[in-house]
Amino acid sequence: MATSIKKVIVDPLSENNPITVQILGICSSLAVTTQVDTAFAMSVGLTLVTAFSNLVISAMRNFIPSKIRIIIELAVVSTLVIVTDQILRAYFFELSRQMSVFVGLIITNCIVMGRLEAFALQNPPGISFLDGIGNGLGYSAILMTVGSIREILGKGSWGGIVLMPQSYMDHGLNGLMVLAPGAFLCLGLIIWIQRTLIKKYETD
Amino acid sequence: MKKLLERHIEWLRPFFQPGGKLQWLYPLHEANETFLLTPAEVTHGAPHVRDQIDLKRVMIMVVLALIPATLFGIYNAGYQFNLANVVEGADFWDHVIKGLWLCLPIILVSYAVGGFWEVLFALIRKHPVSEGFLVTGLLFPLTLPPTQPLWQVAMGVTFGTVIGKEIFGGTGFNVLNPALTARAFLYFAYPVSISGDVWVPLVKGGPIAEGFSGATPLGIGAAASVGTESFVDTLSNAGYTLKTLFFGLHPGSIGETSMVAILIGLVILMISGIASWRIILSGLLGLTFASTIFQHFAGGPNLKVLAELPFYYQAMIGSFAFGLVFMATDPVSATATNPGKWVYGFLIGALIVAIRVSNPAYPEATMLVILFMNIMAPLIDHIVLQAHIKRRNRHVHA
Repeated sequence: MATSIKKVIVDPLSENNPITVQILGICSSLAVTTQVDTAFAMSVGLTLVTAFSNLVISAMRNFIPSKIRIIIELAVVSTLVIVTDQILRAYFFELSRQMSVFVGLIITNCIVMGRLEAFALQNPPGISFLDGIGNGLGYSAILMTVGSIREILGKGSWGGIVLMPQSYMDHGLNGLMVLAPGAFLCLGLIIWIQRTLIKKYETD
Repeated sequence: MKKLLERHIEWLRPFFQPGGKLQWLYPLHEANETFLLTPAEVTHGAPHVRDQIDLKRVMIMVVLALIPATLFGIYNAGYQFNLANVVEGADFWDHVIKGLWLCLPIILVSYAVGGFWEVLFALIRKHPVSEGFLVTGLLFPLTLPPTQPLWQVAMGVTFGTVIGKEIFGGTGFNVLNPALTARAFLYFAYPVSISGDVWVPLVKGGPIAEGFSGATPLGIGAAASVGTESFVDTLSNAGYTLKTLFFGLHPGSIGETSMVAILIGLVILMISGIASWRIILSGLLGLTFASTIFQHFAGGPNLKVLAELPFYYQAMIGSFAFGLVFMATDPVSATATNPGKWVYGFLIGALIVAIRVSNPAYPEATMLVILFMNIMAPLIDHIVLQAHIKRRNRHVHA
């Protein structure tokens, strides 16, 4: 395989970013980005799930009958997701309560399945694992950016540390940033700026 | 004077032309030149339209039409301040100075920040600076209460210019009215600062005039329950008669209160042919239609007491008049076809009344209704065109 390790890790960060270029995983990036700590937990969770499911599926790729591969993939992914969920509940209960169903919904995240189908089934385990890490990091970068913007503008703090002066908060939380439309706007602006920079345009 | 300006422009030109030191600032030079003089440059390809009016003149006419509402709004803001805070012996000029002190910073911030974004995008995209922001930059402050914090004004106008206009490609491409987009941002981001009793600034701990409530007619309507006296009487007890509503010395957004000032603006827009009379007329028709119907059901379940008002009250309270004259007629975001304009205006008028009298969460609906119809405008135009094509096709096949 000609795929270099560097390309596998670096590409998803910008040129082939799962969120801003492939427009995958939008739902979770809207739901958990009201503040930085949930965004961070989600980023770590998704990165690990993607990496390890890539690793497992890639190791089994020669034994999986192609007709039932989706079921096998789902079994692997859901196992990993449940492990993640249980760890969060055991050690970060408050955080897992805030994220509610969205940890469980990692299983429906298109990035996970997408990487399995597009990469892990054709490549050896080592590079597949790195591909999972790379895509997870690309997802994390966007999630953390959106989470930071929304928390700073919406609640005047970053990761719980108060940044904005009291007078900013006198007018109440910035409702637009705290609610889902804020995530849409941030995401849209990030996509706009990024695509202008890497000069990627979709034309029909 | 003209000679002097011409010499000045000629002297500046080499700096901005290709190869000059300030080449990247060319859009600024172009804006400067077209503001001051009529440039000799014409459209590069055919067709050529010979007309006195271009985008700049259109925009300047709208700004002129807004001046009465602005001046009155400034006076009214000062008047309301002095009245509510019991300033002894305040005369006309005291009101004006106080009003300037309250409103001018809002307008200046709106112009400075909006202008910054406009120029930034013009420089990056290398297109001429558009005068659209002269209108947006003045319309937006006029829709705000005089108490709006300045940093919120800056955020709002940033949102309106960038999200409402520039991401679509700048003036002429925007789907939404940028000034209303800016206001909608503040409305959802900081509802506390833009709705409720925010219309008159009060000095902390100072004396407050007896009987002062600061409530707008719509505010009274949202709070009042259906009682024995008619709502028209409730309004006139609170000092709102047809006459006071017409002249507009009452609390509200800076530009929306006075029908006199808005009518002067309307006349200017009509004479210059910028606002569509179809939208204005059908808007009034829609309002009359809806308020007459709701009057019949007044007192019914789920209707606010505002439903009792006849149409001429509905037309003068809140921001209906201001919105219809200056926002709904925005030629870019309104419908383009003539039948479409009738539908568009009618629905604006009817929906505003419908939401006013039936939605308990929103005392006023002008902003949201106009934005909603902005989004519907392409659909209306599409239907009109399809119907037209269908009609013409019949002749082809017959």
